[in-house]
Formats: sequence, C-alpha cells, structure tokens
Amino acid sequence: MTATLINIKAEQEKVKEAIKAQGLRVLVCAGTGCVANGSLKVIEKFKELGADVRPMTHQDKVTIVPTGCHGFCEQGVLVVIPDLDITYVKVHVEDVEEIVESHIKNGKPVERLLYVDPKTNEHVFKNEEINFYAKQTRTTLANCGEINAESLDEALSVGAYQALHKVLEKGDSQWVIDEITKSGLRGRGGGGFPTGLKWKFTAANRGGKSYVVCNGDEGDPGAFMDRSVMEGDPHKLLEGMAIAGFAIGADEAYIYVRAEYPLAIHRLRVAIAEAEKRGYLGNNIMGSDFNFTIHIKEGAGAFVCGEETALIASIEGERGMPRPKPPFPANKGLFGRPTLINNVETLANVAPIILKGADWFSSMGTEKSKGTKTFALTGEVNNTGLIEVPMGTTLREIVFDIGGGIRGGKKFKAVQIGGPSGGCLTEEHLDLPMDYDNLIAAGAMVGSGGLVVMNEDTCIVEVARFFMNFTQNESCGKCVPCREGTKNMLKILERIVKGKGEMKDLDTLEELAVAVKDGSLCGLGKTAPNPVLSTLKYFRDEYIAHIKDKRCPAGVCEAMKTIHIVEELCKGCTKCARNCPVGAIEGTVRNPHHIDQSKCIKCGACLNACPFKAIKQN
Amino acid sequence: MSPQTHTGLDYSKVDEILSAYGYEKSNLIAILQKVQEVFRYLPLDAMTYIGTKIEGLSPATVYGVATFYAQFSLEPKGKYEIKVCDGTACHVRGSMPVLNAVYQCLNLKDGVYTSEDGLFSVETVSCLGACGLAPVVVVNGKVYPQMTADAIKIVIATIMNEEEGK
Repeated sequence: MTATLINIKAEQEKVKEAIKAQGLRVLVCAGTGCVANGSLKVIEKFKELGADVRPMTHQDKVTIVPTGCHGFCEQGVLVVIPDLDITYVKVHVEDVEEIVESHIKNGKPVERLLYVDPKTNEHVFKNEEINFYAKQTRTTLANCGEINAESLDEALSVGAYQALHKVLEKGDSQWVIDEITKSGLRGRGGGGFPTGLKWKFTAANRGGKSYVVCNGDEGDPGAFMDRSVMEGDPHKLLEGMAIAGFAIGADEAYIYVRAEYPLAIHRLRVAIAEAEKRGYLGNNIMGSDFNFTIHIKEGAGAFVCGEETALIASIEGERGMPRPKPPFPANKGLFGRPTLINNVETLANVAPIILKGADWFSSMGTEKSKGTKTFALTGEVNNTGLIEVPMGTTLREIVFDIGGGIRGGKKFKAVQIGGPSGGCLTEEHLDLPMDYDNLIAAGAMVGSGGLVVMNEDTCIVEVARFFMNFTQNESCGKCVPCREGTKNMLKILERIVKGKGEMKDLDTLEELAVAVKDGSLCGLGKTAPNPVLSTLKYFRDEYIAHIKDKRCPAGVCEAMKTIHIVEELCKGCTKCARNCPVGAIEGTVRNPHHIDQSKCIKCGACLNACPFKAIKQN
Repeated sequence: MSPQTHTGLDYSKVDEILSAYGYEKSNLIAILQKVQEVFRYLPLDAMTYIGTKIEGLSPATVYGVATFYAQFSLEPKGKYEIKVCDGTACHVRGSMPVLNAVYQCLNLKDGVYTSEDGLFSVETVSCLGACGLAPVVVVNGKVYPQMTADAIKIVIATIMNEEEGK
C-alpha cells in the first residue's frame, strides 16, 4: 500500500514554488468580522491599484491574498504586509492608495494606520510587539490569517495533509489512537473528556459501518473559535477528521454547522470539493486504499444540538432532543452505528499532534490540561478578538496583557466564562492558572472558551437573568425539571431586577438550581443553573441590594434607576430640560433644576447632556 | 405564531426541492430550509404536503420539526430580515437599545415581528460569532458592526428610501 502513496513533500515544494512566484503577498483579512467592516472592498481596491506595481522588495509583483480571521476583529479591516512585518489596522478603502504608494512602492510604513498601544499611546511597528499577539501561542489558529482559506495549494504549502500522509504511510490505526491518548488532548467543546479515550471506545466497535461527526454547532453565545477555524483553515479540520476516520475505521463523516455561519459553510464546501478533486479526500486518498467522504449538515438554530445525542437526532432530520446515555454514540450513534463525535477545535488539534508528536503537545499546558486553548475575548476589554494561549495561562495575562485592560479605564469586575453553562470569575481569580480542573473547582468551566469581560457598569444580576432567559428559551422541554425549573428561575430573576424580589427568593433559586441540575438528562439542564449559582456565590451582596435596598449598584436595571440633579452643581443652563424627551425637568435659567420622577422615563438623555456633571444616577 | 395556509401554493416548487433531496427523511431540515427560502416562511400546506410525500414521515412530524428549530417561521417574514444579535458580548455592549430602536422605527409591538407593509421583519438571534464587533445587526445577510440605536435607524431609513425609489 505504502509504495503507491504520493510524495507529499514534493507536492509541498511544488506549491511553495508557485507561491514564491506570487511576489509580495499582501494579506487582507476576509473573516466575518473584517468583511462586515468592508474588507472585500479593500481587497478589490488593492487588486486594482497593486496589479502593476513593482514593490521595493524587488519581487516581480504583488499578490493580494484574502485570508481567514487574524483574531483581532475589533481592529478590522486588518492588512498584513510581511516584508516589513507590519499589521495595519482599521484600514478603509480610502487608505489603500497610500499603502500602495508609500509602503509597497517605497518601503515606508504608513504610520497613521498602525496599531496604537492603549497603554503607551504609541504606534506599534512590529507585529510581535503588538501585545495582543505577543503573548499568544497559536497552533490551532496558526494558519488562520496566513493563507487563503479557499485555496488547497496554500494549505499544502504550510503542511496540510502531511499528518494524514504520515498516518497512511504507517498504516497503523492503534498508533494513531495511542499518539492522541499520549498527547493528553481533551475535548475542546465543553466537557473536557479525554479525546484518545473516546477514539479508543469507538474503535473498539470497528468492523461494520461507522461515522465521524464534527460538532460545529457553536451555540455558546460569545464564542467564535470554531467559526474562525472553519473559515480560516478548513483543511486542518478536514485532515483531522480523516485521521480520526482512519483511527476508528470510518469512511464517512458529517460536519454539523450552525446555519448562522454562512461563510464557514461556504468555505468548507469549497475545501471539500477541492480536496476530493485532487485526491486528498474521497476514494483512494493520496494513492492509498483509504476512502473518506465528508458531508455538511446545516443546523437550524437550536442550542441543545450541541449535545451529542441531540446533534445526531438533528442530522437524522428529527427534532434535536437528547436521549439517555448509554448507549453512548461510540456504540450506537448516527443511524444506529458506532459514531465518534468531536468538536471543531478538538479535531483541528489532531493534525499538529500527529505531525509534531504527542510529546510536543503535552509539553504545553498544565498537568492535566495539555496543549493550547482558544478563547473568544469579548465585552468591556480594550482588545477584543480571538486568542490562543497555553492551558494554565492566568486570567490576568489574558485580560490585562493580551486584552489591554478594561476599556475607558474602568474597573474590572468579573469575567463570565463558558457561556450559559459556565460561571463568573472575579478579582480573586485573576492569578488562577486557567485549565479544566481549576475552573471547575472555582465553580466555572472552560466550556467552549467564551470570555466575556464585565466592568463596574455591568449588573451581575441582569447577566444571570440574561443567561437564564437564554437557557429557558433553548431548553428542549423533554425533562420537566429543566423545562419548568428554568422557567421559574427566570421568573424569580425577572422579579429581582424589577425591584420586586424578596429575600426568600434567593433560597428558592438555590433549591431550584439543585433540582434542575439533578433532574436533567443533558448538559444544557445540568449546567443551566451555573451562572446563577456562581453569581450568588461571588456577588450575593448585589442580589441583596436589589432586593432589600431596591438599588442596582451598577445602575443598569431600569426599574430601580433614579436620576436626580445635584443642586450645588447645577448652574441652571437649561440644557438638560431642552434635551429631556418627556418634559420631566423643571426650572428657570440660572437656577437649579429638578426632575419630576413621575414623568422621568430614565432614558439618560439629560445625563449625557449636562456640561457640569450635575446629574447623577443611582 | 400561528401556522398559515398559502393561497395558490405552487407545489411544483416543493416537488423540485423534494426530488433534489431524494425524498430522504434525514434531509427534512434541509428541505424545510429550502422551502422557507422560496416562500420566506413555511406554509402549512407545504408542511402537510412534505409530510405525506416522504416515506416514514407524517404531517405532524414535519410540524414538530418545524416548530422545534428557531430558524423556521410559520408566518411570512419581511422582504428584509433584520436579525439583532443578543449573544452575551452584544448584550453586554448594548444590543437591547438597538432592538428597541428597531421596534420603534417599524412601529412594532409585543408579539408582532413583521412590519405592516411586509417590508421588514425582526428577530433576535443568539450569537452570530462576530463578537469582536458587538453589538451586531444582520440585514439579509449583510453584517452591520458596532451598532447603536441611532445607527440602526439610519440603516432602516436608507432601505426604506431605496424601496420607495423602486
């Protein structure tokens, strides 16, 4: 078998030559974020102006490469020009001409388009000096932002399908499973189950038809790492799936992608078609006798489909409702056959592990959590975006170094990690090394890796209500404790944020939380009370302030807001009265004004209008 | 949401979709997605039809699947579908004032999500994965980043003007 395998290194050299002939490569991000900011127009303009340019670097020509997500979404459109190792941020169509003239033709960077460090207020010239990137270790995301995601050649040039080639050459499925087990890789979708063990269980049933399923139903609001991998480096995922297929003896696979990710679906389709056409997927892969076909199934908007048995039901065309386990999918999964389900990020880790070895992977991370983890860093932080760091990195490094601290110089309050299944981390956790076990001990979880940073202006009770509203909406209704319990927990939380809560509500919340956790079949119900429990643990005083003092300490909850004018500070300029949309402010020129609380709708228009900061809200 | 029948439903379009997906039970979700693409919602008669045409399915099962997933609508959607993201990142950065501005702009009240002229419909979605640009609004597939109440009003007014000019 091995004798007939293609020479993948030779293939790589061939495409490398072709890419070298492209001359100076200008990388423009074409991920969802940058496309929204207008990157397609920037790309067009570059192509128009750069077509006949001879760059300073003495290369023959300039090639514009639309790439996947660089991760630094907020600063989009991002343009990377490797000759001077420079990243331009917030690039608009109008800026393209200057970049071409100054940078590409004359080798002079356009300073005004460089990233400004929020701490020093200075322009940053070198990529590696941008704090956002400097502290990251990008392995899963290594190629996102480096290559054109819609070109197999570009993927091959950075080593795609070499791990699969190695596996086919060895021809030993047990070796593959051992390597993944040895690496210590754990499921990146939430549960953290050892990946090697899952593969072993499924492989034990080899012989008949079995399936590989990739879970791309990234439903956790606030997480988008899987989207970035599918959009930015689809071949890495496909290769990981094929290796998994070889290991467990499957020849068919499904990727279940959320319908909310149209660009990811498009790029995966392009990638699968090209890989099949050129023999990297499909029949007799790379000249071997291994066959592997990958299908795409679009989801239709149901968070619970991230649960593996619900996901299987959905692929089969049914309502996505979980069923009891056992039987586990490893024994009886899709269409009743043995099925291996891994999430996108997990599978994207497979090829690098096979290629660089289990020891390389396990050299990163902590004792029981190996490798790197991607986090979607969002909320009230200066640098929002997608990051990848070794397991065990502290929250402080993520929020204050990579994230550049809290926006507007406000105070850090908490981080919500793991989405609706996770919990809150507070100041006391800033130096906690983040890995699976430490986070569980702290009452949170890695989950899929959504990190939403909150500042002093975020109301923690409102956030708990937000998550409960989400899980209540997404509860599939099969288990009564989840269906009715989340509904009642939500009702109580709604009461509290409206200033109508009672102290005994807190006990009821905790009681219900236990019932929902214990009485639910799947992960959705088992973890739904987590945000409430963890906020009750760390921010109980805020709940009490809402209940006893009818006060929202963050000043968020509308029902409890009062806006008033401090007489001593008011100069009687009348600006507030003129800005009030409901005529609730009374007063005469040069005399202190008053707000009629019965008319006030708490919109805050006066608050922003007052030039003397005489209007306060509590 | 109450199911609606579609007067003069063109069954040949449904047939086309069914045969493209090989009358396969496991393709039901994809079939419903295509039908919704054509009619902008799932007419009750289309669901019944699909339920009788595919072996192993009943109209009740089709209805069950259609009502399970958030993507499916049993009422006609607007020509412009406004999706306001209310994922965590967008929520924390103020997606609710944006949603309220849309309601105000289109004169929508609780329980009504399509404007009277059928031009716009609005819904919230949980996370479009563009969290770095929060809050985000998507109108017919086009992503509008870092929205505010005022900005979304301009977006809607621009579309209205374009439509009037047609």
